[in-house]
Amino acid sequence: MAVRSVGVVSPQRMVFDEPLRLKSGGVLPRYELVYETYGELNAAKTNAVLVCHALSGSHHVAGYYEDDPKNIGWWDNFVGPGKPLDTRKFFVIGVNNLGGCYGSTGPKSIDPETGEPYGSRFPFVTVEDWVEAQARLADRLGISEFAAVIGGSLGGMQALSWALQYPERVRHVLAIATTPKLTAQNIAFNEVARQAILSDPDFHGGDYYRYGVVPKRGLMLARMIGHITYLSDDAMAEKFGRALKHGAFRYSYDVEFEIESYLRYQGEKFSRYFDANTYLLTTRALDYYDPAAEYGGDLAQAFARAQARFFVLSFSTDWRFSPARSREIVSALVHSEKPVSYLEIESKAGHDSFLLEHPHYHAAVRAYLNQVAV
Amino acid sequence: MSTVTTPATNETAQPESALRFDLAAIARWVQPEERVLDLGCGDGALLAYLSATKRVVGYGIENDVNRVIACLDRGVNVIQSNLDQGLAGFEDGFFDRVIMSQALQAMHNTQGILQEMLRVGREAVVSFPNFAFWKHRKSILEGRMPVSESLPHQWFNTPNIRFFTVADFTTLCDLLDIEILEWMGFDDQHQPLPPDADLNFLATLAIARLARR
Repeated sequence: MAVRSVGVVSPQRMVFDEPLRLKSGGVLPRYELVYETYGELNAAKTNAVLVCHALSGSHHVAGYYEDDPKNIGWWDNFVGPGKPLDTRKFFVIGVNNLGGCYGSTGPKSIDPETGEPYGSRFPFVTVEDWVEAQARLADRLGISEFAAVIGGSLGGMQALSWALQYPERVRHVLAIATTPKLTAQNIAFNEVARQAILSDPDFHGGDYYRYGVVPKRGLMLARMIGHITYLSDDAMAEKFGRALKHGAFRYSYDVEFEIESYLRYQGEKFSRYFDANTYLLTTRALDYYDPAAEYGGDLAQAFARAQARFFVLSFSTDWRFSPARSREIVSALVHSEKPVSYLEIESKAGHDSFLLEHPHYHAAVRAYLNQVAV
Repeated sequence: MSTVTTPATNETAQPESALRFDLAAIARWVQPEERVLDLGCGDGALLAYLSATKRVVGYGIENDVNRVIACLDRGVNVIQSNLDQGLAGFEDGFFDRVIMSQALQAMHNTQGILQEMLRVGREAVVSFPNFAFWKHRKSILEGRMPVSESLPHQWFNTPNIRFFTVADFTTLCDLLDIEILEWMGFDDQHQPLPPDADLNFLATLAIARLARR
C-alpha cells in the first residue's frame, strides 16, 4: 500500500457564515464542511477533481490517519499516485455532505439557536443543496472550475447535478453506478429502511441525542436491507450460499445461516458509527433527486445546458441502479449532442462494484482521465 | 447547438494516410459537422480522425471492453452496446450518417441492423468483404474456403457468420427498400476500382452508401 497510497492525510474544516438557503425552504444560517485533499493544486488551479460520496461515505476518500492507520479512505483503491484518479496529476477533494455525521454540519451538530443538537430540527437537504455547499467550498479554495467531478451511486447524482447547476465550472463528469432518478422499487427499499429507524423506540422523534441513546436496532435493520440491495444474488450465493452457522438447524430465530450472521454483523457495526438522522436525510435526498422533473420529465432537456463531457459507467449485476438506468442518462446526453462515453462493466459484485478494484473498470477510468487536460 | 467537439488532446489530427484504407475512403464521404454514429468503431480511429478534421458530432458503438478502453484513450466518445440488440436509445433520424465498417458479416441480425441504421440515420455506409471476389471464387473452385486479407480467418475460427457478395447485398437492399446511392470497391492491393468496374468480380472489399428508398 505504501507506494501507491496518498499516505497520511488529515481532515480540514471550513466555516461558512453566509446562510445557505435549501431547496426544502429551510435555511442553515451558518455551517461547516469537513474535507480532505490529495495531491497538489497547480498554479493555474486547473487540475482539481471533486469526489462526491455515496450514502454512507465521507470526506475520507483516500489515505489513512496517523493516529488510526487502519482507517483507510473508502476509495483508496481508486485515488492515489499511479491509481486511476492519479494524484500526481490531479488535486483531489473529498467533502463530507451537509447533514452528514463525519464532521460537516448535520443533525448531531449544535443548533446555534437552541444550544442543543439539531436533531429533528435539521432541515431536509437535497443533492442540489450539497452541490451548492460544495461550490462554496470550491470558491474558498480558489477553484473556479473542476477538471472533473466524480461520484458513484448518490455521488454520481451529485456529479450529474454539478454539470446542471454549474455548467461552466465542470469540464468532465464521471457518473458511476448511478441513476437519473429512483424507481418506485428504490424508494420502497429506502422507505423500509426509514421505517426501521422511525419506529425504533429509541428514536424519540429524531431527538435521541438528548436522551443519551441512539436508535441502534432501527439503524441496524436499515443497513441490513440496504446491504442486501448493494450485493447481487450471485455474489451472495457464492459467498454464503445456504451455509449454516452451527452445522445443523437449531429451529430458532437466532442466526441459522451464515448470511444472517453477516448481515447482523454489518448492521451492528454500522449502527455503532453512523447517525440515524443522517441516514434518514440521505435516503430522502436520494428519493427526491430528479433533474428532469422541472422539464416535464424530459431528461434530455435537463441536460441541454450542460457543458461537460460525460463518462457514464454501470455494472452488469447492479440491480439497485441497473445498467438500463445509466443508459437513460446516455440516451438523454446523446439527444442533447453532449460528448458522452458509456461502459457497462461485467462484474459479479452488484451495486457495490463501484467501490471495488476491477481491472476493466479501473483501466477505463484511467484511460478517460488520461485524456483530461489540466 | 453542437457541443461535441474535438477532444482537447487530439487537436493535431493524424494524417488520412494513417487511417486504414477503407476508413479513409469512408471519411471522404463524411461532410463537415455531420452527426455520425460509427457501429463497431473498434479503437475509434475513424471517429478521432473525423472529429479532428471535420468537426463531426460523433459517437462510436463498440461491444468489446478493450476496444472501448482504446477509444477512451483517444478521447473518442464511445458507447458500449451489443449491436445485435439494435440501436434502442437512439432516436429516429438523429444522425446524418451511420457507419459500419467490416462488421456486418459478423452480425446475427443482419436485416435488423441495416433497418436500424437507416432508422437512426439519414444515410448509412456499410463496408464488407466481397465473398465473390475472383480470388475467393478461385479458392472455392480449388475446393478450399478462401483466406485473404479481407477474409483473414480460417473457416474454424472466423468471427464472421455471414458470407455474402456485392450481388447478394444488392438483392437484400432491394428487399429492405434500401437504395444504394453509391458504391466503392477496392482490389487486394487496396486500390480503388473504377466506377464502372464489375465489383462483384473484382472487389475484395466493397463500400456502399445507403439511404431509405
